[in-house]
Amino acid sequence: MELSFYLVQLLNAIQYGFLLFLVASGLTLLFGIMGIINLAHGSFYMIGAYLAYWLTDVTGNLWLGILLGLPIALLVGYLVERFAISFLYQRDHLYQVLLTFALILIFNELQQILWGTDVHGVAIPAILAGSIPLTENQSYPIYRLFISAVCIALACGMSWVIQKTRLGMMIRAGASNREMVQSLGINVNRLFALVFSLGVALAAFAGMLAAPVDSVYPGMGENVLIISFVVVVIGGTGSIKGAFVGAMLIGLVSTFGKVLLPEMASVMAYALMAVILLWRPQGLFGRAR
Amino acid sequence: MPRITRTLLLLAALLTLVFFPLFGSSFYVGLLTRILILALFAMSLDLLIGYTGLVSFGHAAFFGIGGYALAIAFQDAAVIHLWQALPLSLAAAALAALVVGWISIRTSGIYFIMITLAFAQMFFYFFFESPRYGGDDGIFLFFKPVLMIGSADILHLDSENNFYYFVLGSLVSSYLLLTMILRAPFGKVITAIKANEHRVCALGYAVNRYKLVSFVIAGTLAGLAGFLEGAHSGYINPSYMSWHESGIAIAIVVLGGMGTLYGPIVGAFIIVLLQDFLPSLTDHWQLLFGGIVISVALFYPMVRPACCRDFMRCSEVK
Repeated sequence: MELSFYLVQLLNAIQYGFLLFLVASGLTLLFGIMGIINLAHGSFYMIGAYLAYWLTDVTGNLWLGILLGLPIALLVGYLVERFAISFLYQRDHLYQVLLTFALILIFNELQQILWGTDVHGVAIPAILAGSIPLTENQSYPIYRLFISAVCIALACGMSWVIQKTRLGMMIRAGASNREMVQSLGINVNRLFALVFSLGVALAAFAGMLAAPVDSVYPGMGENVLIISFVVVVIGGTGSIKGAFVGAMLIGLVSTFGKVLLPEMASVMAYALMAVILLWRPQGLFGRAR
Repeated sequence: MPRITRTLLLLAALLTLVFFPLFGSSFYVGLLTRILILALFAMSLDLLIGYTGLVSFGHAAFFGIGGYALAIAFQDAAVIHLWQALPLSLAAAALAALVVGWISIRTSGIYFIMITLAFAQMFFYFFFESPRYGGDDGIFLFFKPVLMIGSADILHLDSENNFYYFVLGSLVSSYLLLTMILRAPFGKVITAIKANEHRVCALGYAVNRYKLVSFVIAGTLAGLAGFLEGAHSGYINPSYMSWHESGIAIAIVVLGGMGTLYGPIVGAFIIVLLQDFLPSLTDHWQLLFGGIVISVALFYPMVRPACCRDFMRCSEVK
């Protein structure tokens, strides 16, 4: 157990945190702007991973697979929003829970029909297959660094879109006062459909990126979903900054938990959430209500 | 529907249930036992969703804890004494509900949904990953609980019929207990909290304490249901507290009608019969089941017929 070992763990924690951030940022936007609780968000992560596996198999190239898979994910998100979610904006959260719970059942079944119940792997592209040696017997895979780099770029891109563009302005305004935005002549329905589809695409993209690192298996979305909920709760709903900090905290706690306290590893993230909630019930960056 | 008709209907249903084992085969008695246990579980959730206005998505945790308390304490015992096992399960579930509730109650809305879910997952993973408590495989119980005074057997739950009556008795007493609680001033206050929390707060009630007590009562009753399910199947595993279980319970409550105590019983019948019937139609029955749940979420509050609305007391009033 020397320094380089902890360095590897730290890099792993950051990479895991970034992937969580991609899923959780979509979730927190849906909460904050649309007031929607989306349990099916993990299913979109799973769909992304399976699309990457399937399209890589067909085209023989992960990049092409991601490129083809993203529009499919966007389309799935758009259809789900139009034909299911859009009816529930004015209704109690209870019905959103029920509807998106049923969506999970349906997506899981569809996944079994389309791709079966086997566990699959996706090969890491040849350019990124190597690893960087840290010491004589420790090295770090380039692909994991690549994931972190892509996520950093995406996070910067997202913060630019939200802070500097007209679309971002509408999203921020929608988060603070939906009726006002509507009465100012902005088509809220279209805005919501766009935000939902983008959130779905982000989750699916996270699944695609993760596919070569983790294996692709049924039910993979559900683990990610629950831990993303924890991230959103810790960070505060509607706050992208909160999602980022929460994702990094959870990444650190679960990665180092596995190393230092393997028996309690999966409980620790939830314990962290409980402690933070005792201190700040609205989350780290949430607005007090 | 006038109150007298409703009471008569309920009594008729109860009589049917009481006399069923005299005519039905033991397979159907077993199925009915399962349905009644699920009904009890859903009824306890309805106290939160339908009366207190707390949408808990982690209710299965207390169901599982009730079962696990029984299994952990008595997995090696030669005799499971009912008077030891039952209070232990109830106390374990109540304690867990007290701790989880104390933290979760401070939040509301979407937060509350997610936090209860996260706590349930915490318990799930705790049992899933602990080899001492069977991990993924769970724990087997080889005996059914017995009630003895001295050395005289009073109630032996070995026979399917005895177990059935014990479950029916538990369901009916829980129903009566909840009815009493809801008629008491406490019940009026929690119903008022659902309607308008701020107003109740302004009237000087300690809203959070009422919510917490309601949460603990619901958790304890869920523990009772978990105890019954564990004792009935003789097998407890982490899937008892999986979030699918919590989701199904919500579906039962909404389908049967929130804010009534008999609604969840009706819902449990519908859901279990669907789950038993649909797989005979197609291998991919989850698609159909998911479709039905989606239609419930989308259309049920709108199309519930007027006579039903009275009978089921529509709780959509805002």
